[in-house]
Amino acid sequence: MSSYRVYGPVRKGEQVLFARIEDGTDLDLAYQNSLLSPKGLFLPQSEKMFECSLDPARDDRNIFKEIPKDDTPRVIVGIRPCDARALTLVDVNFDTTTYRDPWWTKAREITTLVGLGCDAPCSTCFCTAVGGGPFDETGLDVLLIDGGDAFVAKALTEKGRKLLESAQALETAAPEIMEKARAVAEQATARIITSVHTSVDTSGLAKMENAALYEAGFWEDVQFACINCGTCTFLCPTCWCFDIQDETCAKNAVRMRNWDSCMFPLFTLHASGHNPRGKKVQRVRQRFMHKLKYYVDKYGRGVACVGCGRCVQHCPVNIDIRRVVQLMNETAS
Amino acid sequence: MPDYTSKIHEAARRLLAEKQVDGVIGFRKGTVPMMRQPVLIRDPADVETLCWDSFCRMNLANYLPKRADRVAVTAKGCDTRNIVVHIVEGQVKRDQIVVLGIPCLGMVDRRKVLSLLKDREPVEVSEAEDKILVKGSGFEIALEKAQVLQDNCTICVHRNPVICDTLLADPVPEQEGIDRYEDVRAVEAMGPEERWEHFRELVAPCIRCYACRNACPLCYCPTCFVDESKPQWLGKSIDPPDTLTFHMLRAFHCAGRCTDCGACEQACPMGIKVRQFTKKLEKDILELYGQEAGMTIEVRPPLDVYRPEDPQGFIQ
Repeated sequence: MSSYRVYGPVRKGEQVLFARIEDGTDLDLAYQNSLLSPKGLFLPQSEKMFECSLDPARDDRNIFKEIPKDDTPRVIVGIRPCDARALTLVDVNFDTTTYRDPWWTKAREITTLVGLGCDAPCSTCFCTAVGGGPFDETGLDVLLIDGGDAFVAKALTEKGRKLLESAQALETAAPEIMEKARAVAEQATARIITSVHTSVDTSGLAKMENAALYEAGFWEDVQFACINCGTCTFLCPTCWCFDIQDETCAKNAVRMRNWDSCMFPLFTLHASGHNPRGKKVQRVRQRFMHKLKYYVDKYGRGVACVGCGRCVQHCPVNIDIRRVVQLMNETAS
Repeated sequence: MPDYTSKIHEAARRLLAEKQVDGVIGFRKGTVPMMRQPVLIRDPADVETLCWDSFCRMNLANYLPKRADRVAVTAKGCDTRNIVVHIVEGQVKRDQIVVLGIPCLGMVDRRKVLSLLKDREPVEVSEAEDKILVKGSGFEIALEKAQVLQDNCTICVHRNPVICDTLLADPVPEQEGIDRYEDVRAVEAMGPEERWEHFRELVAPCIRCYACRNACPLCYCPTCFVDESKPQWLGKSIDPPDTLTFHMLRAFHCAGRCTDCGACEQACPMGIKVRQFTKKLEKDILELYGQEAGMTIEVRPPLDVYRPEDPQGFIQ
């Protein structure tokens, strides 16, 4: 374990965020949901990619060179199953047969994901309605289940087995702890299914007609409250859009990419001055259509939402994606 | 709190029926506890969805500029001051707006309630008199409303509407003997380095989502300086100097215009106390010009007029 860099949920004031764990005492495994998703560990909000010198005296002036990164193995302990599943949904964008994003794929490769089963999902969670679950193993290498006095660790991949073998002080779980862990998982799953599953039904989205949804009247009502901030997109574990920027300082230049948001008017502003999504209603519609329809149609693997509920919890004007799904369903029926 | 909700229904129904307005901007109940959503009602049949309580935090003046129609809007003291600012700055016409004035006893800071619950999740939150009742799985507690008010509401001295077409209840008593600037003086007393550090730490969690700016009725610029791309004025990353520049410049742009409604802090997902910037400028304007923003449509904002008696101590 000492050969890994360790990351995990850390409490900072009122919030839980993912950060480097130095000595283990700051790891908070009792948290419900982190404010920001751990996507920033794979797609940092501001990621420096290349740098170059602008010094006229240098032969290599103006030639961008890749900035080396720490690619030693790391482990994220305590990632929630929804956030791990989100990484697999984003993979389809960054890791394809025609294009591989070197930084995303490298970060994925060097990382072992130790998931923490959710035994107390929030009331805003709806993972079971979008193909996941509080103990879903998708994307994880190890799953931890709280067995009362101890965590039961289940290795799910070769990476996970390697990690567990390297960890000391592990014992084979006693049958009664295994039983307890199983009961915890069943109860939590049942709780979240009964609380949300009936009201968020994404099963019919694939069959709906694109144009009918696009033209639907409900967008006017949904968009009214929106202030077009980036809270939903920045907190979302599956929003992957970024903007590439060059910055210079004295004789140095850096090329970086920063999180961008389809909520911002600048996102689609053309050099000509034309903006194809110049209106708020167009931007709001785009965000939901991308998550709930375009992604569904393009990749055939369900919606680009893992039901973590962050946007529901933190949108300052309470625009609720669960309600939007409902409105889409009503339009189609 | 008086029953504003039924008064709002009554007024909205009448205004829509008499075709005095094309729509009514108010709040409706949200999908999670303590959240209310700004909404535009056009159909009298939808009037019943409007509500009012201590969770109507956002400033509805933010939804008024650039509208071609005539609307009514529910507005607490600070919201009405922002409507005045809009009128003075030529963003809305007085006769385009019907103000349904709401004498306000302060709004509840959702974050403060959540913080007091210490990770227990509220399932239902309601209010009764000066108490906030919180129910969750296996617990039920009553909090003093005073304990969970928004910071700006605890020091508010203009709870009653300053401009209004229909006042929905009798005016409430204004708070007396309030020290509005205790926190600002603490920052003023710091040395330059300590102050720099204070502001650096203050904005360190910022994710540049611009929720503070976008929740603010003052921020109606067609293109914000941070979004200028020809030329670009400000870096887009979370490099601390860029983040701090955004917050400082935004605050200066609000000097003499900010009503301290607190929408910026309530909107911030990271819980940053962004009013630390705007309050200093509010204090300066009050001390230099004796003016508070949005109190009357008769007076120009202090920074867009020149008067010979303006303080000129800075020219030396």
